[in-house]
Amino acid sequence: MENIKTMTLKYIKYKYLFLMMLPGLSFYVVFHYVPIYGLQIAFKDYMFKLGIWGSPWIGFRNFTDLFFAESFRQVFRNTIVLSLYQLIFGFPAPIFFAIFLYEIRNVVFKKTIQTISYLPHFVSWVILGGLFLQFLSPSIGPINAVLRSLGMKPVYFLADPKWFRTVVVSTHIWKNVGWSSIVYLAALTGIDPELYNAGDMDGANRFQKIIYITLPSLIPVVTIMLIFSIGRIINDNFNQIFNLYNPSVYSVGDVISTYAYRMGLVKMQYSSAAAIELFKNIISFSLVVMANSVAKRINEYGIW
Amino acid sequence: MVRGAYMRNRIDIHVSDKFFTGVLYVVMILFCITTVYPFFYLLSLSLSSANVSYTQINIIPFEITFEAYRRVLRDEYVWLGFWNTLLRTVLGTLTTLFVTLLMAYPLSKRHLPHRAFWTGLVVFTMYFHGGLIPTYLLIKKLDMFNSIWVLVLPCLINTFHLIIVRNFFMSIPDSLEESAHIDGANDVVILFLIILPVSLPIVATLAMWTAVWHWNAWFDALLYVPDVKKQVLQNVMRRLVLDGVMEVNATDDTLVNPENIKAATIMVATVPIILVYPFIQKYFVKGVMVGSVKG
Repeated sequence: MENIKTMTLKYIKYKYLFLMMLPGLSFYVVFHYVPIYGLQIAFKDYMFKLGIWGSPWIGFRNFTDLFFAESFRQVFRNTIVLSLYQLIFGFPAPIFFAIFLYEIRNVVFKKTIQTISYLPHFVSWVILGGLFLQFLSPSIGPINAVLRSLGMKPVYFLADPKWFRTVVVSTHIWKNVGWSSIVYLAALTGIDPELYNAGDMDGANRFQKIIYITLPSLIPVVTIMLIFSIGRIINDNFNQIFNLYNPSVYSVGDVISTYAYRMGLVKMQYSSAAAIELFKNIISFSLVVMANSVAKRINEYGIW
Repeated sequence: MVRGAYMRNRIDIHVSDKFFTGVLYVVMILFCITTVYPFFYLLSLSLSSANVSYTQINIIPFEITFEAYRRVLRDEYVWLGFWNTLLRTVLGTLTTLFVTLLMAYPLSKRHLPHRAFWTGLVVFTMYFHGGLIPTYLLIKKLDMFNSIWVLVLPCLINTFHLIIVRNFFMSIPDSLEESAHIDGANDVVILFLIILPVSLPIVATLAMWTAVWHWNAWFDALLYVPDVKKQVLQNVMRRLVLDGVMEVNATDDTLVNPENIKAATIMVATVPIILVYPFIQKYFVKGVMVGSVKG
């Protein structure tokens, strides 16, 4: 009893703090917690007339229907495959870029390259979708102009299932390599210059110094970034796929989020779409929690 | 003997380092060309006349003409798009700043009752969210379609930004506000008169993040704004280019062709951000750093 009383007094004492939080808290309740409450339609047969609460419960049927659907398994596979490609090719790219940039001594040149490399980061995927539609076009694109002049057949990069994943991965690298290198560059500026002086004394050339001094100092941050990237393996890039794909490449390019979007907002099958999202959310949540705990353990015990 | 070998070694290093530097500069210049060329190609295409040939690589616009831009800028939807984007950016940035600052301050106070609970309530949403469908049904229920507020309210607070602002507030020494407390000022007054003036860097950073986010946002508008007159610039461009809706070039004259006009439309949507980003990039770099430190 005493506890409740003191707590109430505290809340009265700090009423202004709560008054200040009121708009923010209402935002979180309405636009975050109400949708989480609404996720129950994943276990229901949602009908608009009956509303979220009134629609009948059907247990896990939306989920079982999903797992038996070949189309969903396809989409799940696509998501994982694209993420793996992204990890293999996209993950190392900014590390190399950061090392190259670090090796440049001319400050003006370095700053110019950095600024240019940030450019695509600030342009949204809608715009880039339009841009690549023209740039990679078989009729007007410059890449195909080169292919044709070499006597090769033009390639429809955005509509050919053989090419689509390559396009997704390479445009993703193109957009993010500069921006993602910031973290690594920060780690590089923390290296003690004495190490390089010692390298000079031992007669190491620049390449050797990169291998024996620069790379090892990046290992901690690379490890952490790698853990988090693996933790995001189920997360696809909706903005990118949605603006690049088309029905002719669904077989290789359709991913969980775009599939859920079409299922829900094009075919109006709200319950199935919510089931897809909940399924993805739960996997993603567990992966992130795991990644966090692994990262924390590595940081705490100071393996390096 | 030993000395001679050492000297030779030094010279080899010198030569290999020079070679290394040369390769490095070439690689980096190629990288910059790769980054810029797609934009440059579109710019060139948008300035070319209808007679442009696509069988070779065009670097310089063919028969420079501004006709494509004239066509695009004559389209009322492009102007409406500009206006709607500007409106959501200004309105969104102001409301987000206000609500985020108001929320971050109490959360930064150690004496806030049940602080861990309130913080947890906020942080949980970073890891778990209802997602597209429940949010869509909510907006439908609230009947917010076509309203400017549908582009502002559902994204009012970015939790990650909120936490960064809270951490900044926590780093401000308590002594600063103690005398004000003794004078009987309440928390609202203290936030705006004492805390805010020393927090201008973080406020400016938050404003930049929010403004650029709003300028680039499109998906919420695609879902919740069926009225084309209320559509944002990004989606006006999307409709013109990706979906091939072409009121502006329902024409088969010889001055421009549809590809020139598409390119010009994309450029119109891209140029503002290209002009601005070099001056504001530092605010964003700071954000990456904070994020990576805090994990």
